[in-house]
Amino acid sequence: MKFTDFREIEGRSLGYYALLALFGVLVLAGLYAGYYMETNGHHVTGMNNQIVWGIPHVFAVFMIVSASGVLNVASIASVFGRDMYKPLARLSGLLAISLLIGGLTVLVLDLGKPDRLIVAMTTYNFKSIFAWNIFLYTGFIAVVTVYLWTMMERRMNRYTKTAGMFAFIWRLTLTTGTGSIFGFLIAREAYDSALLAPMFIIMSFSFGLAIFILYTMAAYNLTGRPLGDAIMRRLKNLLGVFVAAVLYFVTVYHLTNLYMTAHHAFEKFILLNGGVYTALFWVGQVLIGGIVPLIILFHPRVNGGSRRMIAVAAALVLVGAFCQIYVIIIGGEAFPLIIFPGKIVSSSFFDGVVGHYRPSLPEITLGLSGVALAMGLATFAIKVLPYLPASLADADVDPHHKSKSEATEAAHA
Amino acid sequence: MSIDRRQFLAVGGSVVASMALAPGLRLIALAEARNPDQGVTNLKRWGILVDTTRCAQGCSACVTACNKENGLQQDVRLDIRPQWIRTVTLRDEQTGYVQTLPMMCQHCEDPPCVDVCPTGASFRRADGIVLVDRHICIGCRYCMMACPYKARSFVHENLHDQLPDIPRGKGTVEACTMCVQRVDAGKIPACVEACNYDGGKAMTFGDMKDPTSEIAKRLATEPSEEIRPQLALDTGVRYQGL
Repeated sequence: MKFTDFREIEGRSLGYYALLALFGVLVLAGLYAGYYMETNGHHVTGMNNQIVWGIPHVFAVFMIVSASGVLNVASIASVFGRDMYKPLARLSGLLAISLLIGGLTVLVLDLGKPDRLIVAMTTYNFKSIFAWNIFLYTGFIAVVTVYLWTMMERRMNRYTKTAGMFAFIWRLTLTTGTGSIFGFLIAREAYDSALLAPMFIIMSFSFGLAIFILYTMAAYNLTGRPLGDAIMRRLKNLLGVFVAAVLYFVTVYHLTNLYMTAHHAFEKFILLNGGVYTALFWVGQVLIGGIVPLIILFHPRVNGGSRRMIAVAAALVLVGAFCQIYVIIIGGEAFPLIIFPGKIVSSSFFDGVVGHYRPSLPEITLGLSGVALAMGLATFAIKVLPYLPASLADADVDPHHKSKSEATEAAHA
Repeated sequence: MSIDRRQFLAVGGSVVASMALAPGLRLIALAEARNPDQGVTNLKRWGILVDTTRCAQGCSACVTACNKENGLQQDVRLDIRPQWIRTVTLRDEQTGYVQTLPMMCQHCEDPPCVDVCPTGASFRRADGIVLVDRHICIGCRYCMMACPYKARSFVHENLHDQLPDIPRGKGTVEACTMCVQRVDAGKIPACVEACNYDGGKAMTFGDMKDPTSEIAKRLATEPSEEIRPQLALDTGVRYQGL
């Protein structure tokens, strides 16, 4: 194993401060949006009594799911013993914590009573998955912090594997908790499925890795540090496998529903005539977030190994990820509850009617501010503590690295 | 770093210790709390029986009475207006048969809203009435996602002209309380009263566990059903003629 030289980034350029300032402004705007929503009431949002969870929840779930997934890179190193991922492990832990904080902030500021956060932290109903999640989420931050400590404090290095294993199990539990928020809901057609928990786990693998790839590329580009092809190729192939696995789970989820007559109306809604949700499903989630990235990453005619194409694929995966969570949360709510099967229902309370929802500016600002908070925290942290290796060049990370001429010779042999 | 390892261990240790102690202290608080059977008893189970064949189309006596009793303002956009009770019109897809019925919180014996509520703000009283404690509701709306009857509303706007007996608050969730303030005073819910006065006399209120009550007698001798019976929630609101 080669020794990795971790170094803080210099972070004195105008660009660095401009980036932090941008994140800061977005965070302030989000705080104001949350304040505005709380003082006026949620009537200033697009949410209503039909669509009770809106775009803030899409952002929050997107970040929370990604947070657990982004830790995978560290797990591959510590739990599965792949040395090549070791230099990436610190950043992986850092992004996991910052994304979770970003997601939770959005979730809390969207509450009807964010000022009662202390109530949520002191009064529990342990049958509620939300209550479990309060422990799973805060615990995750603590566990990953300890995990990072074992990595960054040399005397603690011998505990890294144990801490990594614990963090890995914790994150699987956490994502199970997030998926089960929906999986345990018997009321609505879109949910009530044990499949959602493992599906959320595999979604986290994919989304988290895409974020990791993009953040790493951006950080190394902007700081001018060397980033080798070997590591990018590994991450690229892994991303492809995860994207395919997400598609597999989505297929099984819909096939199961399609087999059951009682779910046909819901499937027709998502797959055929649900308007924006159908479009987001097929174009956003399946095509842009699944098929196109797979083609980019694996088709021999596309130079999927090139930096630009890997970045494009990862970005598309994230666009698809956002669409997927939008369809799951908002599409799932928009489809009316089937309270009276076999009856055409109408009332003053929008029974039997597809819910209408248009995200408002404050909600979107709040959601974006969560992303900005997560990215800002990570970007600040890499300046004050040594999270990033000074070099990720092939020779520094790949234990089997050969120089270019050797590799060419091997290929021709 | 300004914190050394010794300090870290001290802080970490006290955090762990308080996390270990907190559940025990909570148990003491629970043991010293008022017995839930004092005042409200599980020897009763309040319920409403709705005879849908007597529920006339176009009649909204129950809705009007509920809004008045509970001070639910009507000057609110329809999609965010709290509706504790609503009339639902059903048309059979095969036969075209049309009927109407009132829908409200079904006061389940095993309410999904209570299961999912993170703080325990959603709770079921010993006598079967499902309520929201507006003091500890954080407005997460998870109960609205979980309710199989779409019975709950979120307060999206500032409230005005609130009634002293009806606690409500912007940013919290609310639903039919079975007019708990009237029931506790020995009266019947406003919707049932109005239905019997102005409406089709379709609603009967009473203690389902008291074999001498009208509702218990009728439930024992006439056919009735729950809505979404396959969920096995054992609702306190039962229907006839569905």
